[in-house]
Amino acid sequence: MQVAITRLIANEVDGQMGSVKSIPSPAISADERSHEVDHPSSQVAHFGTEQPLRLDCGVDLTPFQIAYQTYGELNAERSNAVLICHALTGDQHVANVHPVTGKPGWWETLVGPGRPIDPKHYFIICSNVIGGCMGSTGPASINPASGKVWGLDFPVITIPDMVRAQAMLIDRLGIDTLFAVVGGSMGGMQVLQWTAAYPARVFSALAIACATRHSAQNIAFHELGRQAVMADPDWHGGGYADHGIHPHRGLAVARMAAHITYLSDAALHRKFGRRMQDRELPTFSFDADFQVESYLRYQGSSFVERFDANAYLYLTRAMDYFDIAADHGGALAKAFADIKTRFCVVSFTSDWLFPTSESRALVHALNASSARVSFAEIETDRGHDAFLLDVPEFFDISRAFLQSAGKARGLKGS
Amino acid sequence: MSVQEVLPLGGVATGQSGDFRADHLLVAEMVKPGSKVLDVGCGEGDLLQLLEMRGIDGRGIELSREGVNRCVAKGLAVVQGDADTDLVNYPDDAFDYVILSQTLQATRQPRVVLENLLRIGRRAIVSFPNFGFWKMRLQLLIGGHMPRTENLPATWYDTANIHFCTIKDFVQLCDEINVKMERSVALDLYGRPVPLNLPWWVWNMFGEQGVFLLSRGEGK
Repeated sequence: MQVAITRLIANEVDGQMGSVKSIPSPAISADERSHEVDHPSSQVAHFGTEQPLRLDCGVDLTPFQIAYQTYGELNAERSNAVLICHALTGDQHVANVHPVTGKPGWWETLVGPGRPIDPKHYFIICSNVIGGCMGSTGPASINPASGKVWGLDFPVITIPDMVRAQAMLIDRLGIDTLFAVVGGSMGGMQVLQWTAAYPARVFSALAIACATRHSAQNIAFHELGRQAVMADPDWHGGGYADHGIHPHRGLAVARMAAHITYLSDAALHRKFGRRMQDRELPTFSFDADFQVESYLRYQGSSFVERFDANAYLYLTRAMDYFDIAADHGGALAKAFADIKTRFCVVSFTSDWLFPTSESRALVHALNASSARVSFAEIETDRGHDAFLLDVPEFFDISRAFLQSAGKARGLKGS
Repeated sequence: MSVQEVLPLGGVATGQSGDFRADHLLVAEMVKPGSKVLDVGCGEGDLLQLLEMRGIDGRGIELSREGVNRCVAKGLAVVQGDADTDLVNYPDDAFDYVILSQTLQATRQPRVVLENLLRIGRRAIVSFPNFGFWKMRLQLLIGGHMPRTENLPATWYDTANIHFCTIKDFVQLCDEINVKMERSVALDLYGRPVPLNLPWWVWNMFGEQGVFLLSRGEGK
């Protein structure tokens, strides 16, 4: 398969496929993107050699840094902190204009003034995960030992590693117990890891469209994406930074494939159907005749403007390795034994990446641990991405859950 | 006198109690404050809200997605689930009380459900419509058709209630599976308790619904 993809991309590069329009080159230069890697437009917590991050792979990562955004004020009791965990291709810019793309924050539907997670009531923290490329140490960062970009020399990281790093940040901010940890998809995995690793530090947990382990099908899709990146000749075995280029074609293909899994058949049909893009008749070529093709190409090319190809490999790998039960002797309920955290689990009917059955398995384990858990499945045809979209029922549930937890926590105004 | 007037409930203002169903008030009164409760088939969470007002740690299971989402949107700890299949996921003695309010007759295996209630909870509170109620008997005897009442308006072919029983039937089942009845109350059509000093057959005739506080029998 790797060979086949390589050939396709090589053909596109050479222009041998006639009217085939390859995925357009990114409008934002690699320099603009890589500036954010080491000098982010965010607050940065530096951890020196006296505070290494102990990784699951056995390596101590040191020194390292975490880039983060905060919104609202920490109250005197330090009891109103909410940690937002971002998904695979998200970052710390949850509720502010993105410094690279200029687009609004990725979760402004949920986080912001008048929203369920309102900075008026909560001190909101969102950090870029370890292994990411928006200012926290990752494969695109400079390796202090060599003075060059880490690339594939960066150690493989896991979801527990990300959470361990976040816990160090929360310590640094002087917060003992988080009022809430909130996240969807890979962010939801971090929420669950937080509750399994630091149950006493999480008062309430809102885990959305996620699972306690990555399924075989999901690993398969990730492998497809990684192979697309690695098949791009510009990848150079992960050392593209030394060549001053970025494997944007491979990464765009990976994003296109992944993006399909975030939607649903019904949503794609409703949005595009078989409609043509700026034409009435087929061109009898491999140009983007259909709107859905054009849309996917746009998704691919806009993604590579802001994301590092190696970071994509590392973060998808971290999700693949995630399996909470395996870390607790195979019994999921053991991971949550006697937990006092209040849980709210949300799934979406048309999400086939993290289907309701995964959430239900989590809920059963939480019930077996006698945990306080709410679980709602929300009807929508918008697939996995529903958690990022305007779904009023989801907001009502999130708001009510946090308000009820706020009352139990003695928070004012919630 | 109605239940609302008979039962002074801690945590619930006298004026508020009229907002709640008679059997809910009776159930809430049976639960000791500070205990941990699972409400199986919690509907839209009315009973759970009443329990939370009384300082009781309440959780719920509800079959319908709309019901669950409304409960969760009220801040209640409710999960979507089926009494017949999902109670097995709960460990022994997880709750002080497990409540099955007007749901027993809609389960596929009432006996198994009842056994599960008393495995998960140290006590169970069960309420159900009494098919021995005189109006029911009369409809079958005189009308010759399956009974329908204000509280059970569905026709035989579209009702979710597949296992109707009378108070007498239920008492027999409790005996068979060694369940102890700590308290039994029959409510008449107007939500008033049928006087305690009357014999069982009167309850079975004039009780529109039965509410029972159960615990495990000897040797269990």
